[in-house]
Amino acid sequence: MKNIITFVIGLIFGLGLIISGMTNPDKVIRFLDIGGIWDPSLMFVMFGGMAVAFVGFKFVQNKSQTVFDDTIHLPGTTHISKELVIGSLLFGAGWALAGFCPGPALVALGAGYKEAFIFVMAMIVGITIHYHFLKA
Amino acid sequence: MLLTIHWQNFTPGASLIGGMLIGLASALLVVFRGKIAGISGILGGLIDMDSIANSHRLWRGLFLIGLVSSSFVYQLFAPLPESNISASFGTLILAGLLVGFGTRMGAGCTSGHGICGLSRLSLRSLIATISFMFSGFVVCYLFLHVLRMG
Repeated sequence: MKNIITFVIGLIFGLGLIISGMTNPDKVIRFLDIGGIWDPSLMFVMFGGMAVAFVGFKFVQNKSQTVFDDTIHLPGTTHISKELVIGSLLFGAGWALAGFCPGPALVALGAGYKEAFIFVMAMIVGITIHYHFLKA
Repeated sequence: MLLTIHWQNFTPGASLIGGMLIGLASALLVVFRGKIAGISGILGGLIDMDSIANSHRLWRGLFLIGLVSSSFVYQLFAPLPESNISASFGTLILAGLLVGFGTRMGAGCTSGHGICGLSRLSLRSLIATISFMFSGFVVCYLFLHVLRMG
């Protein structure tokens, strides 16, 4: 049962990305391009997402186990490191160049876009490079 | 001129509803499985060859299979909205490398920091979100209006 639920949650996440417009890189770039004709739609994605997610995080605030006896893992780190800032700056640069962030790229890959395939392969290489050079 | 709004492409309703579904999935994942719906972290945890137990691989795999199948499921009910991708082959490679490396170094992306982190009122995620939004706006401006490569 919990496996089916996990699959369905991923599905809902993807449907949300499609409906919101996030899976259209040109739309993402029109949001990031404040020097052109600006499309502020994606701010509404963030507001809608935060409002609903907030309720979920409130619900688990004082719990340590889920109904399936999974331990609730919330990030405990509070340190503002230079890795946090530099990594996020690099991510933002890549996001602006292609208009893809990880979730929408995977959804577009599922829709069969070869550009999304190229992006996702490069993203996996980037993850691997980080793992071998910074983590290991 | 700065901030001329593109009214034809402005979709506040659909974006709000889509965002709420993303938020719903994030809420359900933490309530049912106790996990953060951060896509770069979920994918990265599958790729990094740490000694992660198989049970940790299973939920990640199932979530991602659900995510990747969403296009197929959507088009059972309605025509799939087009993804218009202007980036060249080289730009896609560079962007993918930056996104993969950057999200792992910064421990999160638009979902993990932007949606989950901010709704948990995490200062770390706020700093991360400000950082990637800032570089997103700057790089977009440089790429489209200074280098004129759009």
